[in-house]
Amino acid sequence: MILQCDNLCFTHDIHPALEDVSARLHPGKFSVILGPNGAGKSTLLNCLAGLLRPRSGSVFLDSDAILALPDGQRAKMLGLLPQGAQTHWAITVRALVALGRYPHRIGLGLSADDQRAIDAAMNATDTTGFADRLVTELSGGERARVLMARVLAGEPQWILADEPLANLDPGHQIDMLHLLRDQAREGKGVVTVLHDLHHAVRFADHVLLLHQGKVFAEGPVADVLTSSNLATVYGIDAKLFSDEEGAIQLLIKGKTAP
Amino acid sequence: MTARSITPLLLLLTIGAFLLSLMAGKVWIWPTAWFHNAPDGWIFLELRLPRALLGLSIGAVLGLSGAVLQGYLRNPLADPTVLGVSSSAALGGVTAIFLGLNMLPLGLFSCAMLGAGVSILLLLTLARGGGPLGFILGGMVLSTLAGSLTAFLISIAPNPFAASEIINWLMGALTDRLIEDVIKALPLMAIGAALLLTTGRALDALTLGEDGARSIGVNLDQLRWIIVVGVGLSVGASVAVSGVVGFVGLIVPHLIRGMVGEQPSSILLPSALGGAILTLVADSMVRLTPGPTEIRLGIAMAVLGAPFFFMLLWKQRGRAA
Repeated sequence: MILQCDNLCFTHDIHPALEDVSARLHPGKFSVILGPNGAGKSTLLNCLAGLLRPRSGSVFLDSDAILALPDGQRAKMLGLLPQGAQTHWAITVRALVALGRYPHRIGLGLSADDQRAIDAAMNATDTTGFADRLVTELSGGERARVLMARVLAGEPQWILADEPLANLDPGHQIDMLHLLRDQAREGKGVVTVLHDLHHAVRFADHVLLLHQGKVFAEGPVADVLTSSNLATVYGIDAKLFSDEEGAIQLLIKGKTAP
Repeated sequence: MTARSITPLLLLLTIGAFLLSLMAGKVWIWPTAWFHNAPDGWIFLELRLPRALLGLSIGAVLGLSGAVLQGYLRNPLADPTVLGVSSSAALGGVTAIFLGLNMLPLGLFSCAMLGAGVSILLLLTLARGGGPLGFILGGMVLSTLAGSLTAFLISIAPNPFAASEIINWLMGALTDRLIEDVIKALPLMAIGAALLLTTGRALDALTLGEDGARSIGVNLDQLRWIIVVGVGLSVGASVAVSGVVGFVGLIVPHLIRGMVGEQPSSILLPSALGGAILTLVADSMVRLTPGPTEIRLGIAMAVLGAPFFFMLLWKQRGRAA
């Protein structure tokens, strides 16, 4: 199931946030949306998730226009982790994860299928241990995993995550990236907005580099994060290199000379 | 304590409070005398029964509306008065008294419901496309406007008796309500309450914020529509027969949250029961106060409710985040 956007334009008040953005994203890949602040990353992700209505252009899931799908059907296929995900009431971790089943639920209670999906999601995120605690009592790292478990519990074919690493320490950041990559390896589509270029270099299968609301470059890491692209988009002096183990790494030396 | 274990307990207390409300008053009427064809039996059928039924239903819809609105706005300070529905219905009622329409059958009731209806339409128009903030601001504007217009009508009342009748009605009471009042109000309150009770899961979803809720398939426009119509019908009808009774919608959901936790869906039914208990007990106490005139229920509720609410805030200080 391919997630695709064609000629998306989106305007915040009068400022264009997205201009003529087209992209094809494939399941089984860890796709990363990169770009400096204000480049339109979150706007693009929210358009892909069907939460924002673009001024023109459309988003398709295979041949279905996202905005034409009923809310419930869209929600079954696309799981979104919104930016800075908050929790407004002190409910239990398990109750929060169970919210992920919302689009699947028919009756009043949770079905056996629902319970199984919730258990699996909590296992995958290593959150089973605090199922009965209140979400308000968790540390930042625990809460991030619980919120990701909520997304996984819906068993979506696509996982869209807006800065899933915000407020996580380096260890938990790597855990979260591994979790997302495992989901991609299992055949799901994963699209994340990331800020840290090093993580993108290490984990991304496919990079969409946005600059001033337009797609500046798209493709594998080595093709997109070239020194000249990084200088133009971020204004930094940086280069990719192979480390002693043969893995691609990024070295940021500083700002480009004015 | 969980929602499941507390609901039967609250149900028992509700039945107890209902029986108390049937019996209590300047004259205590014991169940043995309820259906006698004697003065006590007449008082019971003509006065006590309608009054207890109204106390039960008004308290229930106020508690339920408060719980739903607090869940929807994710703000524990919300209550039905925030939406301006109460004050708009009150303005409708006051207009009816002012114009003498309350002498006609259904005159006051339909004017109050008209007021509630207009406020619903305005709210839905004002808040379309906006989030809870637009909703709150719209409601506050409506509430202030309706309050000012009500004050205006009182200030130009043709004579002191009319002004005093308006003020008395505004203060909220269940005194001397007839079975006709119950028949008028109950169906609307039931429809409104039924609508509100369907919102539980969507309110739970809003724990994730608006984007989170929409991403799992909650239609926020539809939810807002259900809530505005549900609150409009149930609270509008309750104001139409009893004036404005405050505090129930604010306090009860807080109390229930303290007992069963904060999950919005699990406080809906308990809040309805809690609202009924509080209103029935307060109305019974109002009747038992000595003196020639009764304290108005709306006043009693505020006098009892305010210190209680302060106590609650005091206990919760430092825990708020």
